[in-house]
Amino acid sequence: MSDVTLTIEGRQVQVAPGTSILEAAKTAGILVPHYCYHPALPIPALCRMCLVEVEKAPKLMPACQTAVADNQVVHVHSAKAQEARKGVLEMLLINHPLDCPICDQSGECELQDYTYAEGRADSRYKEAKRFNPVEDFGGDVMYVANRCILCTRCVRFMEDVAHDPVLTVSERGDRALIGKFEGHDLTHPWAGNVVELCPVGALLSKDFLNKARAWELDRSASICPNCTQGCNATIETRDNVVVRLRPRVNDDVNSYFLCDQGRLDYRWLNRRDRVTAPSVRGQHADWSLAVAAAIDALAGRSLHVLASPMLPNEALFLLGRLIKRLNGKGWFTVKQGPEAPLDGVTDLALRADRAANVKGAELFGFTRTKDAASILTGLGDGDVLIVADEELAGYNGAPPKAGAFVVVGTTQPSWVPSTAIVLPTTNMAEEEGTFTNLRGRVQRYLQAKAAPGESRPTYAVLSDVLIAAGEPANYMLASEVFAAITAAYPSFAGMSYDTLALKGAVIR
Amino acid sequence: MGYPHKSHARETPILSQHFGDSDAISLAGWRQRGGYRALEQALGMSPTDITNIVKESGLRGRGGAGFPTGLKWSFMKVGDGKPHYLCCNADESEPGTFKDREIMRWTPHALIEGCAIASHAMGAETAYIYIRGEFTEPLERMNAAVTEAYSEGVLGKNALGSGRRIDVHVHKGAGAYICGEETALMNSLEGRRGNPRIKPPFPAASGVFGQPTTINNVETLAAVPHILNNGAEWYKQMCLSSPKSTGSKLYSVCGNVRRPGTYEVVMGFPFKDFLYDLCGGPPVGRKFKAIIPGGASVPIQTMEEAEATLMDYEGFVAKGTMLGSGGVICLDDTQCMVKQIGRLARFFAHESCAQCTQCREGTAWTTKIVERIEAGEGTTADLDTLLSIADNMTGKTICVLSDSCAVPVVSGIQKFRDEFMAHITQKRCPYRTTPARSAAA
Repeated sequence: MSDVTLTIEGRQVQVAPGTSILEAAKTAGILVPHYCYHPALPIPALCRMCLVEVEKAPKLMPACQTAVADNQVVHVHSAKAQEARKGVLEMLLINHPLDCPICDQSGECELQDYTYAEGRADSRYKEAKRFNPVEDFGGDVMYVANRCILCTRCVRFMEDVAHDPVLTVSERGDRALIGKFEGHDLTHPWAGNVVELCPVGALLSKDFLNKARAWELDRSASICPNCTQGCNATIETRDNVVVRLRPRVNDDVNSYFLCDQGRLDYRWLNRRDRVTAPSVRGQHADWSLAVAAAIDALAGRSLHVLASPMLPNEALFLLGRLIKRLNGKGWFTVKQGPEAPLDGVTDLALRADRAANVKGAELFGFTRTKDAASILTGLGDGDVLIVADEELAGYNGAPPKAGAFVVVGTTQPSWVPSTAIVLPTTNMAEEEGTFTNLRGRVQRYLQAKAAPGESRPTYAVLSDVLIAAGEPANYMLASEVFAAITAAYPSFAGMSYDTLALKGAVIR
Repeated sequence: MGYPHKSHARETPILSQHFGDSDAISLAGWRQRGGYRALEQALGMSPTDITNIVKESGLRGRGGAGFPTGLKWSFMKVGDGKPHYLCCNADESEPGTFKDREIMRWTPHALIEGCAIASHAMGAETAYIYIRGEFTEPLERMNAAVTEAYSEGVLGKNALGSGRRIDVHVHKGAGAYICGEETALMNSLEGRRGNPRIKPPFPAASGVFGQPTTINNVETLAAVPHILNNGAEWYKQMCLSSPKSTGSKLYSVCGNVRRPGTYEVVMGFPFKDFLYDLCGGPPVGRKFKAIIPGGASVPIQTMEEAEATLMDYEGFVAKGTMLGSGGVICLDDTQCMVKQIGRLARFFAHESCAQCTQCREGTAWTTKIVERIEAGEGTTADLDTLLSIADNMTGKTICVLSDSCAVPVVSGIQKFRDEFMAHITQKRCPYRTTPARSAAA
């Protein structure tokens, strides 16, 4: 069927038949204010905020639920539509506590935004406000019933997307509130999404509670590094500390969602026990001296690399080149956890492989092993071990007996002797780079905060090492390393940081 | 008939002919009174022919909206390969309305017959009678009648030996006004929360269980056998006024009136005669002050308006209100209009399903303001606020519950403004001898 042509706010819009007026307006850059509507959820058309004037229609129509029709003329900002929205806003506010100064949602609240934009300046409500106590919904979610506008996004998410119908609207009339079914909690591994879906401050993250005001946060587009799914995320920092991870829309990966594991497992990005200065055998050294010492250590020994699958493509690629040049071997291990799918979205799950770049590590020639311990204990005097940001959590074997150790990482693992050469690097929140997810999608992440001390991005450190080893590897930027990857690996051909943009692309 | 009173000479008892006659309740008794002849006849006719007779008769929905019944049936495309459903709306939850209750109490087989004919006419094999939770006696009678109809072969896989399958199920609601709204009724029937659905899709396209469905009121369906028995022309003739309103209509009369009860008169009957002659007028020594003629959700009439009304769909509209469900609520001169309007608003606030913002918040807000005025704590600005809230609540929501709450408030303020003003200026309710309770209570 051919496209439908209609006029919204005087602009001609062409969209596919069946599109809602609200979505059609978006394509023309017009926002129809709304609460209950969410593109990833069924449409209940109950907040009545998106009422628009459609010429020849007898009454105002909900833009979220009304399909476009040829030659329709829609007015979003006509006096009649604005008056209706003003009415809805007034009704929403009569029982709303107006405790914005102590509300976590303040600054990113749609009720606040639309009220400032087109609500009444005063309230005509003189009666007592409805009161309900705050309720712990389980998981990371707290429910502040007094702020709730009953848009039911949370109910619909749990029922239609998570397929775990724990929430419902309890009671009727103005006594209504969101309730949990008896004996159930929001323990679904994806339940935390209701916090993002909530347009007001009714559903809050217990983890983020009272931590920061929305306007104090700096936000960077990123990728959740906690499993191989590669959900698009936004890292939010306050005073150089990561305080929150939120989902970023990508229909090809994670829709609008991020699991609780991804949401809450960010504290390692703020670790304080970092190595922050290059050192040689425990002595602080200049970068150039430390790199030279590393080259010395590599000389004449056989190279073994234990790399973290949390490292970006750029770092793993350069490590791979070093391994190839010196004829060494590279391994990686992957932390495991239970897989937890989000049923309502195709191919979306918290994956069992709890690392960002398993696919990348495989592509760049590293061997996956479940038994890194025996590799370590098998090392002898003639070997040199590069530990590339792998702590091997839980390793309690004997200290490995390699002839030399080079740490290229954010921390010095306890099993690495103090005589190691340490080249401190940034973690993923402090640099930019790309990860390859389990479906081969290469996705960029941007720097979210400053790196501590003298630490530098892994690719930059490895470039120096490669140059010192005699390899042409003069890369100033992550994008230059990525360009080298696309030149060296046909599966990456045609990609660049510019074309990847913030949605990524799949390798061939 | 003016059940529980003797039939008045000016009544036209068709549906109500056997009210109070306990012999008419059983299947045998119903057959003796001419029952199931219409169904037999209908099963030998094509669905289109039945629908056409109903269309010709001019029968309109008796639940409140007055939509032409035959036209509604014709939206069901017989033979489209989908299961069709008939829902009989026996939720009768409109305050002041109890006519369907009497039909189900005294002539349950009339309803079953109507359901069976309608099912045949729209290609449905299954009819649900959704009966309100508070109707215990009608529920028992309907259940007994359905059991009897199955055992006598009236219903079932071979209804009256026609080879047609017609099943009737009685479903008890849980006591919610909103479940009388047709799409909420369908949700409730499916076991969901009784929230109205957004239209489109309309029930004829996607109703119960997502299949084509028609919802008819009890009285509408009960009238169908009579139309088949006596012909469309006979039904059409029963009209003293507008040809757009035909047949007889049941009215349940309550409130400050000498003879409350269920009456049946033909369309176009003078409302003045109805109130004073049939119903006996106001209690001794009092005068009528206002009438709510069609259940709680229609505009209130002053006596001037009511006495000039002809009782049909158009007649009530011409006098500023609606026929609605035919629940006539009479208020005499001892009643405080502010209190009565507050009571109505409180009902709607209690029953709002809480989906739409304007309804959830507006009904409760309206109630609080009206009750505050009644308690003597109102201001003239409150009246403007009430009208403005009512405007926000009208024509903007999924169903019309919100509009229904606004209606008595707006008509009350327009027509009985003096009473509101008396409360405001005297800072007390002029009708109260005892001190008002606090508005916050």
